[in-house]
Amino acid sequence: MAAAMPLALLVLLLLGPGGWCLAEPPRDSLREELVITPLPSGDVAATFQFRTRWDSELQREGVSHYRLFPKALGQLISKYSLRELHLSFTQGFWRTRYWGPPFLQAPSVWINLGRSSVMSSQGSSAPLSTSSTPPTQSLPLPPSNPWVWPMTLTTTFCAMLCCRGRWSAPKTSPPGRSSCPVVPRASLISFHLLQAGLSVLLKADRLFHTSYHSQAVHIRPVCRNARCTSISWELRQTLSVVFDAFITGQGKKDWSLFRMFSRTLTEPCPLASESRVYVDITTYNQDNETLEVHPPPTTTYQDVILGTRKTYAIYDLLDTAMINNSRNLNIQLKWKRPPENEAPPVPFLHAQRYVSGYGLQKGELSTLLYNTHPYRAFPVLLLDTVPWYLRLYVHTLTITSKGKENKPSYIHYQPAQDRLQPHLLEMLIQLPANSVTKVSIQFERALLKWTEYTPDPNHGFYVSPSVLSALVPSMVAAKPVDWEESPLFNSLFPVSDGSNYFVRLYTEPLLVNLPTPDFSMPYNVICLTCTVVAVCYGSFYNLLTRTFHIEEPRTGGLAKRLANLIRRARGVPPL
Amino acid sequence: MGLLSDPVRRRALARLVLRLNAPLCVLSYVAGIAWFLALVFPPLTQRTYMSENAMGSTMVEEQFAGGDRARAFARDFAAHRKKSGALPVAWLERTMRSVGLEVYTQSFSRKLPFPDETHERYMVSGTNVYGILRAPRAASTESLVLTVPCGSDSTNSQAVGLLLALAAHFRGQIYWAKDIVFLVTEHDLLGTEAWLEAYHDVNVTGMQSSPLQGRAGAIQAAVALELSSDVVTSLDVAVEGLNGQLPNLDLLNLFQTFCQKGGLLCTLQGKGLQTLLLMVLRQASGRPHGSHGLFLRYRVEALTLRGINSFRQYKYDLVAVGKALEGMFRKLNHLLERLHQSFFLYLLPGLSRFVSIGLYMPAVGFLLLVLGLKALELWMQLHEAGMGLEEPGGAPGPSVPLPPSQGVGLASLVAPLLISQAMGLALYVLPVLGQHVATQHFPVAEAEAVVLTLLAIYAAGLALPHNTHRPLSYRVVSTQAPDRGWMALKLVALIYLALQLGCIALTNFSLGFLLATTMVPTAALAKPHGPRTLYAALLVLTSPAATLLGSLFLWRELQEAPLSLAEGWQLFLAALAQGVLEHHTYGALLFPLLSLGLYPCWLLFWNVLFWK
Repeated sequence: MAAAMPLALLVLLLLGPGGWCLAEPPRDSLREELVITPLPSGDVAATFQFRTRWDSELQREGVSHYRLFPKALGQLISKYSLRELHLSFTQGFWRTRYWGPPFLQAPSVWINLGRSSVMSSQGSSAPLSTSSTPPTQSLPLPPSNPWVWPMTLTTTFCAMLCCRGRWSAPKTSPPGRSSCPVVPRASLISFHLLQAGLSVLLKADRLFHTSYHSQAVHIRPVCRNARCTSISWELRQTLSVVFDAFITGQGKKDWSLFRMFSRTLTEPCPLASESRVYVDITTYNQDNETLEVHPPPTTTYQDVILGTRKTYAIYDLLDTAMINNSRNLNIQLKWKRPPENEAPPVPFLHAQRYVSGYGLQKGELSTLLYNTHPYRAFPVLLLDTVPWYLRLYVHTLTITSKGKENKPSYIHYQPAQDRLQPHLLEMLIQLPANSVTKVSIQFERALLKWTEYTPDPNHGFYVSPSVLSALVPSMVAAKPVDWEESPLFNSLFPVSDGSNYFVRLYTEPLLVNLPTPDFSMPYNVICLTCTVVAVCYGSFYNLLTRTFHIEEPRTGGLAKRLANLIRRARGVPPL
Repeated sequence: MGLLSDPVRRRALARLVLRLNAPLCVLSYVAGIAWFLALVFPPLTQRTYMSENAMGSTMVEEQFAGGDRARAFARDFAAHRKKSGALPVAWLERTMRSVGLEVYTQSFSRKLPFPDETHERYMVSGTNVYGILRAPRAASTESLVLTVPCGSDSTNSQAVGLLLALAAHFRGQIYWAKDIVFLVTEHDLLGTEAWLEAYHDVNVTGMQSSPLQGRAGAIQAAVALELSSDVVTSLDVAVEGLNGQLPNLDLLNLFQTFCQKGGLLCTLQGKGLQTLLLMVLRQASGRPHGSHGLFLRYRVEALTLRGINSFRQYKYDLVAVGKALEGMFRKLNHLLERLHQSFFLYLLPGLSRFVSIGLYMPAVGFLLLVLGLKALELWMQLHEAGMGLEEPGGAPGPSVPLPPSQGVGLASLVAPLLISQAMGLALYVLPVLGQHVATQHFPVAEAEAVVLTLLAIYAAGLALPHNTHRPLSYRVVSTQAPDRGWMALKLVALIYLALQLGCIALTNFSLGFLLATTMVPTAALAKPHGPRTLYAALLVLTSPAATLLGSLFLWRELQEAPLSLAEGWQLFLAALAQGVLEHHTYGALLFPLLSLGLYPCWLLFWNVLFWK
């Protein structure tokens, strides 16, 4: 069965038949969960998370025995002293304006690597802080060669990761960290999968009929206990898909697991210590609940997620009563009142990016940042990596909000080097309340060397999305939760404090046409050049070798000319 | 290589050019015209063929069956439109949202430079509605556009119906790789122009519009649809865009293949030479023939499909048209690169035949050769006259003789050149600027004022340089060579004309060829001796304005709807106003080209003719 699945995910779940040491408590554990969220537009998002935690210091101890944690990744961590790895493959684009802010957003390919030789042991409990601590000492590591990381990851994940030029590091991130924020175009090849627990639902032909599909791997160290005296390694494998209400539901907005995945849940994963399904049953309207779930949930969970209070129904697959009743679990969602065809509520922060202008010489990159919060302004960190063949004119950088110039409080610009590294532009911009901020910068399209064009040059060249990071003010104050106990979807990126929540958004990738020669042209040029050289050479040679003498004006008619011709043929001097 | 060529032989060649100049000119002109006429026949025309691999076969299965739905949408749309008197924006938004699109609107307003009497509009404000079908698992980097322009009258409602039905059908499919934008624009092309400018965030024509909320990446191709009946007998395709730009030939081939596949009758107006001439006239006019024409500026390949309902027996319903469109969009969806494989410069003597640029350029080349030959003749005559003055029968050497006389000759040219250019500038600027002054002093409306000022300045130009050059030329012309003045002027004018026509023909062959056909013979003939009145009459008859008038008559003649003289004059006035308006609203270049380039050049010949 597993061999028949061509699904492109989670090679890492292939478990080694390692020893099962029952004597001591297992040092690694697996949790799996599925969150089903009806989106404001009527579509449904499903987010799978599989989290493996291993209480082992991979970089220090010579670990050779792997159980749940995949060996390929473990070796990667210990060999390169990897500090963090985030890698995601996405097809489609999370439409923040219609779908609301995502749990886990990722552009088409997003690789983020942090590395340090020695883990600082005084890390706090917030998981992100480990990566932001500057390394105490750095080793001369192979990634000074820009191709090592793409190649290593390519072999591990069976994906093509081609990054033109050197990977660059944003200045706001700590040193010793290399990231290629986005490779706009990458292709993924194949994976295999173990079928048990929630992963039964991962059926390829359904997952690839969705309007958004994103799979990611996050590896990072976390604190083993509250005082953080030692660390554990966490591996999260996530898959987010968005089912299209129109195509899958034939216009109806009722959902069930069977309708989405053409499967139902039958058993928990035997290796998982926790296996749960969460369904977002938050009522948007106050009058009465519009959403009905079947079977009725045994427990619910309430928390503040992304600034709003949400209610989730919980189905625990380890709870034997849940499955045993009917041998399968098919969660159904029914709208009591069909949601009206009205514009869905707009999230506080969303963005749009486009290329303006026409013609093949100049253009302008414009990013529109929307802050729809009625009264709170908040800052946004905008990170742009623009390939070198778009030559940016930094003096044309303009930022306007509400018709006035908006001066960024921080700008870092690293100019591009031809064929080596892209432009890097980072800005901290304050977005006024209820406003649209336009960031625009003009560029000129460079002429590439004719061997530098891709095989499909007229397709255009991709420009990677801008990355927006912001602390968006919450509607409701969130209280800190116990991180290890809360559901997985809530704990990947923590809330920094009660009044804000962290959002990272990616804008659309852009397609820019560069001036493209007609590739039959080199042939024409060769022909033309050869002709010109031949003509010039011929006449020049002629000029150098010819002797000049003054010729008397010719007199005499046709008869004399004929006579001369004959004389010349005979070798007699002419008349 | 002057050193290498034999000076004696060169002189012989020069003598040949001088002696045989007139027959050579006539021969070249006739050859040019004959070459053009021959373009209709097979050795010069080729069958069209698909160059783009991604669109190679028509193996897609069209499943569109929403004919009833399209008609219902069209009825609703027409009813709502009649009720509100404008584009029913709210209804369109609701309907597009109900078929599952992301819907946005864009409002725009534009004050025309003067009232447009043909379309009866002056202060225009309207709203465009567009819905975006987001392709699943794609990041909105590329898109296709299906657009329906809605004018002030309630035609084109069937096109809106078909657009909505197609949107509903397309939305249910999972194979889309590019987003599809369904765009309904108000006020015909003005709405399209406003939308395109906002989409590309540029302001070319002074349009005021609200920024777009939704975008879908780089537009790869666009199809504009015009239908005003439930059934059609044929589909007419228009390719000529702004300033004579044409879409890639592959787009036309694609349309034609799907017409053949669906058994639809697809046409270009006319037959053989008639089609070719109609296309030349349409392209020469430089105006967009359908809203697709505005897309071409942004390098979006586009064409307009127009449903024709004539008295023919066999008719097709909306399903057939919808299937053809579905097929085209599915094929365009397969495109990996922008359309670039096939020709961008071509002429069409029929839908399945084309003439490529390499084959039609000789026609205009022969015509321009006449100017070259004439210029050569004048140059030699000037040269010989100069040589005769300095040292008769002296040693050959082009740089030795006549530095003083040449300097004088050039100085005498400055005044006529400047004056004629100033006239051109006045012709370009004054009519629109001075319309209010004109309406205050004369009992005319603004539009009339513009057209009449245009004609007045045009006519005034005939008198002005003729009067002013005289004192200048009296001063400079030496007694030995009384002809030198006009010869130098004519030489400059000929080169100027040849350069202009050459440049025009490169970008818009039809316009270049048309102007060359009319202007070249009289330009070659103009001289201040001989039957001056005849020359003057000929010169007036071949002036740019007269060419326009003649083209209008030819146009209607080819459409088999001949004009009477009075009608022709009315149409001429309307065309003048439209030309100026199109320059200001869409950025059409015909008006500035004629007023700033060709009219001053033509004035130089007029000047030559009346040289004293």
